[in-house]
Amino acid sequence: MSLLTVDGLTVRNGTGTALVDDVSFSVAPGDRTGLIGESGSGKSLTALAVLGLLPPGLTASGSILLDGADMIRAPRGHGQVAAIVFQEPLTALDPLMTAGRQIAAPIRRFRGLRGAALRSAVAEALAEVHLTDADRIARSYPHQLSGGQRQRVAIAMAIACRPKLLIADEPTTALDVTVQAEILDLLDRIVTTRGTALLFITHDLPVAAKVVRDTHVMRHGRIVESGPILDLVSHPQHEYTRTLVDSARRFDAALKRTGRDS
Amino acid sequence: MSRRRSLHLAAGLLLVAVVVGGVLLSYLWLPFAPDDTSGGRLAPPGGDHLLGTDKLGRDLFTQLLIGGRIAIGTALGAVTVGGVLGVSFGLVAGFATRWLDDAAAVLLDILIAFPTLLLAMLIVAGAGASLATAVIAIGLAMAAVVARLTRVLVKQILARDYITAARVAGISWPRIVVSHVLPNIAPTVSVNLALQAGLAVLAEASLSYLGLGTPPPNASWGRMLYEAQATVLVAPVAALAPGIALVALVIGVNLTADGLRDFTDPRRSR
Amino acid sequence: MILEARNIGFAYRSGAAALTGVSLAIEPGRNVALVGESGAGKTTLLRILLGLAQPSTGELWYAGSPLARPRMRDYRRSVQAVFQDPYSSLDPRHRIGRIVAEPLRGLGLGVDQSRVAAALDAVGLPADAAGRYPHEFSGGQRQRIAIARAIVGNPRLLLADEPVSALDLTTRVRIVDLLASLCAERDLTIMLVSHDLGVVAELCQHTAVLEHGRLVEQGDTDRVLGAPSHPYTRKLIESVPRLP
Repeated sequence: MSLLTVDGLTVRNGTGTALVDDVSFSVAPGDRTGLIGESGSGKSLTALAVLGLLPPGLTASGSILLDGADMIRAPRGHGQVAAIVFQEPLTALDPLMTAGRQIAAPIRRFRGLRGAALRSAVAEALAEVHLTDADRIARSYPHQLSGGQRQRVAIAMAIACRPKLLIADEPTTALDVTVQAEILDLLDRIVTTRGTALLFITHDLPVAAKVVRDTHVMRHGRIVESGPILDLVSHPQHEYTRTLVDSARRFDAALKRTGRDS
Repeated sequence: MSRRRSLHLAAGLLLVAVVVGGVLLSYLWLPFAPDDTSGGRLAPPGGDHLLGTDKLGRDLFTQLLIGGRIAIGTALGAVTVGGVLGVSFGLVAGFATRWLDDAAAVLLDILIAFPTLLLAMLIVAGAGASLATAVIAIGLAMAAVVARLTRVLVKQILARDYITAARVAGISWPRIVVSHVLPNIAPTVSVNLALQAGLAVLAEASLSYLGLGTPPPNASWGRMLYEAQATVLVAPVAALAPGIALVALVIGVNLTADGLRDFTDPRRSR
Repeated sequence: MILEARNIGFAYRSGAAALTGVSLAIEPGRNVALVGESGAGKTTLLRILLGLAQPSTGELWYAGSPLARPRMRDYRRSVQAVFQDPYSSLDPRHRIGRIVAEPLRGLGLGVDQSRVAAALDAVGLPADAAGRYPHEFSGGQRQRIAIARAIVGNPRLLLADEPVSALDLTTRVRIVDLLASLCAERDLTIMLVSHDLGVVAELCQHTAVLEHGRLVEQGDTDRVLGAPSHPYTRKLIESVPRLP
């Protein structure tokens, strides 16, 4: 049985325009699914709808079953089933709370740990995201950390309660390219060792190709093509997918050309 | 959201229009001369005297209209003083760097920590009670608030890339202020000034109530409230009328300010 | 040589060095890439090259002599800029026509609507765009407007600070194509600040790698990206995600 089943999801704004239009897909436990699309494609709204976090003024119809719970008709706390990591960790973290306390909050709430057990769970979470010097980081405020460290803290928070589904919404777009590579490796390792399902949202096809197995390409609120990412990249069927692949290939090829002549 | 705002704006403009209409009317026509006491003391409402007369026999409706002149005059005067001083000082502080900026921020915080009324009372105590002193005092207190807001807004705008682009395009700082900084802080500052205008009306009424504002025989609404206090049980209208006028104007100005937010942005037509 | 940075150093008031001994020459027709990650000093160097900040040491050479205040207007006529965030670089209260004409006004070139129309046309925007406001345009179109503003006075050098990194992939391709065609048609040279090595390889002939305020490697793009000699350059290249 799948962990997440989205069926006929439509999200409308106040004037009735469909921002997400009849989107259906499912994620089984341990799957790595990508939602690829450019700005305005509705990919991030789809993720928010899955968590019952749509901004006010938007209404969802269709059905979203997350681990058996109906997230449209009866949204309930998703804290233990699914967690999300956003593009800009600085806005996702509380600026007035140390990293250690932010990671501790969901662990205390959902796993009921206190005292020494809580402290060791926080240390474990920090170690899992490969933050060296964990003690100093736990005592730091978000502005004292680098972009990559902040995103690691956000990931530690997200996985601290052992969710079955991790949603990552453009988690590396704001990061430098070397840090991006490290964070992608980290996500890859976490979902592999934990068996966590991953829903990865991005506009960047090459980035998706590094972590995702199956993917859905979205445009103007609709899914235009679905399939294993390797097939999609090598034999894109839809014209828009082809444009995306060609765009990515352009820069790939330019980089590959360097060094040829010298 | 913007429908709620436009309701606010309509209601606010209506209230302000009633008061301003009354003031304009007062320059063309008054039911009685302000010092006409022929109606007898504490006449009840109705008949020749729409709202009755006060304890000296003056027509209350006449007093109310003249009080409106003072209220509107205070609002405009204080906003002019506070706006010009506040925006100028805020601009300078917004451009200042390091210690000068820190000093400006601390100075403004100290000024704002003083309640408007207390500051105004100190100034009136020094310079003597008159409408002009009250307006200047209220305007000065307002200037500190406006300056602090302006300073923050200016700093935000200066961090924008279009300011850098303007510098690269060879535009001088004074022209950057006129063509980029002022137009972009104007909506927020003007909404704030409108809110401050409401507070200024209240502050003047409070000063007059305390005997520190407009000296008699000019009928400020605050002064009318004070004078009606002794006879409030026999002639409640004498206290109610200026009170309602005051509340109507302040609420009207506030609603207008709130509604204005939506109408000062080129993006509104989206 | 259009512009040459000679041994530029920049220190913050606290004494911390942002740039140390940076030397870089920009020749006509050879686009230069400045590559590096956040905190490497790219923005500081760009501000110095734009005449918005004074270097602590070293000097800028322009047209055969060190750049000085009195020549700033002449310099700005030749050197213009495009910024990363097209939402922050256009004043929301100005119409496009006024935005694009700004350098003509500021640099004493004469505000001529036909030049504004020509610049809009060169970046692929319709002439009626001039009467509209920035919020009516998408991110890619806004970046075209910013490019139109930069080229309206026919500069020789365009300093472009991450001009495509805020854009979608397909839009990115179109803007890079636009920049390449402007170079070819208008005798324009670009200095591109970017962390996207694919874009760098596509657009620039010369590449300089900045790390912790120092240029660790520079030379022909083919050589620097194809056979990097510095470990940091190698790490950058390996980090680029590629299609399978």
